Amino acid sequence: MSDNSGKVFGIAVTFCAMFLFWLLLSGMLDALHVGAGLICSLIVALISHDLLVTGEGEKRLVKAFRFFIYLWWELWQIILANFDVTYRVLHPKMPIDPVIIEFETPLRSDFALVTLANSITLTPGTITINVDPAKGKFQVHAIAQAPADALTVDKTMQSKVAKVFMEEG
Amino acid sequence: MVELIVVIVTILLAAGVFFMLSGAIGLLRLPDFYTRLHATGKCDTLGEVLIIFGLLLYHIFVYSPGAELSVQLVPVKLLFLIGFIFLANPTATHAIMKAAYNTGVKPWKKGDPRM
Repeated sequence: MSDNSGKVFGIAVTFCAMFLFWLLLSGMLDALHVGAGLICSLIVALISHDLLVTGEGEKRLVKAFRFFIYLWWELWQIILANFDVTYRVLHPKMPIDPVIIEFETPLRSDFALVTLANSITLTPGTITINVDPAKGKFQVHAIAQAPADALTVDKTMQSKVAKVFMEEG
Repeated sequence: MVELIVVIVTILLAAGVFFMLSGAIGLLRLPDFYTRLHATGKCDTLGEVLIIFGLLLYHIFVYSPGAELSVQLVPVKLLFLIGFIFLANPTATHAIMKAAYNTGVKPWKKGDPRM
């Protein structure tokens, strides 16, 4: 795809997404509202199309599909995380033993790093402190030793994210 | 049918309130800045989403049948809200965590006195 047609494609996709968003949020289908929506979507698409459709990466559809499957697993992890925190908070002795751990991943692309960082924050007992995109290095605060081991020893989540974005180093 | 939906909605709202409450208790009980963020960052996400999902079900099955289109589209807005909460909540938690870590807030270790 040449540079120019890629740009037109980006603008078209952004325009469609913005206009759909407009229709869903307004729900008014008379000429005034739809016309205003068309103009606004066009302006937004012209200015900020490069934010939604970035030039980088291949096989975007496959990645999007795998990401969608990954989201369901992540949702389950979030529910587990809440029961975990609730248990630790309401337990009379509060079984916590905070540690800060570091580990490196083969991930490099922004989206993969953001996904892993947010997933770590949402899963049981761990929150991301720092990410070094150059080395794929993560610094994580864990509320106890067990959730820390899940990241440094089992590495379930890293391998899942790496698989989704096809960045297994 | 409507009664069943109302029961489900009530359960969802109660579960949401329970998680928000345990987040608040965690904020009070846990010993330091970082561990408190664990409680608020996680419990708020699921608590808010459960409450919004309950409102969404109520709107679809009890409130909006027969209403005009712009009213029937309110669940779509609630769905967007759920998406944005899932995106923004961990990011904000991480940002606060990073700011605290970079300014040198010391993490609590087991055996330390409460701060």
